Amino acid sequence: MREVTYPRDYSLLGRDAKRATEIGLSNAQWYAAPIPRARLKELMKRSDGLAIRDTLIWFASFIVTAGFAIYFYPGLWSIPFFLAYGVLYGSSTDSRWHECGHGTAFKTRWMNDVVYHIACFMIMRPPTVWRWSHTRHHTDTIIVGRDPEIAIMRPTAILKVIGAFFSVGQTKSATKNLFIHAWGQLTEEEKTYVPEMERDRVYLVARIWLAIHFSVIALAIYTQSFLPVLLVGPLPCMYGAWVYVLTGITQHGGLAEDVLDHRLNSRTVMMNPVLRFIYWNMNYHVEHHMFPMVPYHQLPKLYEELKPYTPPANTSVFDAYREIIPALLRQVKDPTYAIARSLPAGVTPITQPIAAE
Amino acid sequence: MTQWIDACAKDDVAQEDVIRFDHAGQTFAIYRSPDDKFYATDGLCTHEKIHLADGLVMDHIIECPKHNGRFDYTTGAAKGAPVCVNLRTYPVKLEGERVFIDIA
Repeated sequence: MREVTYPRDYSLLGRDAKRATEIGLSNAQWYAAPIPRARLKELMKRSDGLAIRDTLIWFASFIVTAGFAIYFYPGLWSIPFFLAYGVLYGSSTDSRWHECGHGTAFKTRWMNDVVYHIACFMIMRPPTVWRWSHTRHHTDTIIVGRDPEIAIMRPTAILKVIGAFFSVGQTKSATKNLFIHAWGQLTEEEKTYVPEMERDRVYLVARIWLAIHFSVIALAIYTQSFLPVLLVGPLPCMYGAWVYVLTGITQHGGLAEDVLDHRLNSRTVMMNPVLRFIYWNMNYHVEHHMFPMVPYHQLPKLYEELKPYTPPANTSVFDAYREIIPALLRQVKDPTYAIARSLPAGVTPITQPIAAE
Repeated sequence: MTQWIDACAKDDVAQEDVIRFDHAGQTFAIYRSPDDKFYATDGLCTHEKIHLADGLVMDHIIECPKHNGRFDYTTGAAKGAPVCVNLRTYPVKLEGERVFIDIA
């Protein structure tokens, strides 16, 4: 087995990408808990009702927060409403992008697609590119050189992590890629996971998005007001990103790389109902990765089913960060370090490739 | 030329569900639709070779358990990203309580 060389090469075109493929870490078989098929079928069942209810609340929240922000603007009282609006715009869209991308939020496909495209625009994730990048994330979760969605690479770049809370790197790269796509190109890394037949759609969406962004800027100039750019585009994406980054880091932060067992590289964290609404239950992350067909509203039940096979969940976001922050700091100097998950007695983790059936 | 293989009993497959059937090094998926008809396709998703029998049947759609790619299992048609290549389908016949598929 080829030895690991540090620092790791996280590029999808580099040394570790080649290594992962050579040693069978890519497109491998992953551990799945032995849940009876009948029970799993119950849990996988889709429903339009719950997602419609949540989406109506979501849309209403946008209207109320934006309405008050506009009403009080430019007074100080507009600030809390902008902050709440920003969290909806820059954070809650992460989970809507995610769930609707999987096609599990709604039973009806077109409803998933509509919410997916709205969320993608707000969080500045090109819908086709990110659908494929997330597909790869599920195939090769936290496999170095294969997973394009590894949020924190080692050694930890602390300033980059802090910047992520304001979507600095994400927005910079999204803006750059928007122009690249509008020009009719993909980046070299995107070419490794976006098939040829899907690429024209990337270019078309980028051109539409650019037209919208330029229209918003033109409106701001015409009305001599910052309001349009505070409500639509990169700015709300940035000032509202912190909640999705706060919750998102808990998904895999500080945990093992290059293992074929989501119990070792993913984390489930108990969260309050408000965060769970914003995050659409993605705090049940081990469960989601093990059975991605289970819709968000069934994940608490799946969590109960999987308890005998999974590590104990972190009891709160605070509890999760009590282990994540020291781990990230340690990984600044020691990129080999990872938090070890304790599995229930008698349960064996999968850390090496196993032969497919 | 046909090659009918005894795949399973009718009752082995619940309505609106799928089971895996392996034969001579090949793997198949046998479906029973909500209107109580039987269908057969290749057993592995054309995207990343995942067993479709672990997926979810909804009406005439099978959804892959790994990446949620969808196929119409009555025709094999891929219904959108991340599945882009159609699934091969096989003729099915019923004899008594048994389900046969033609793998020729």
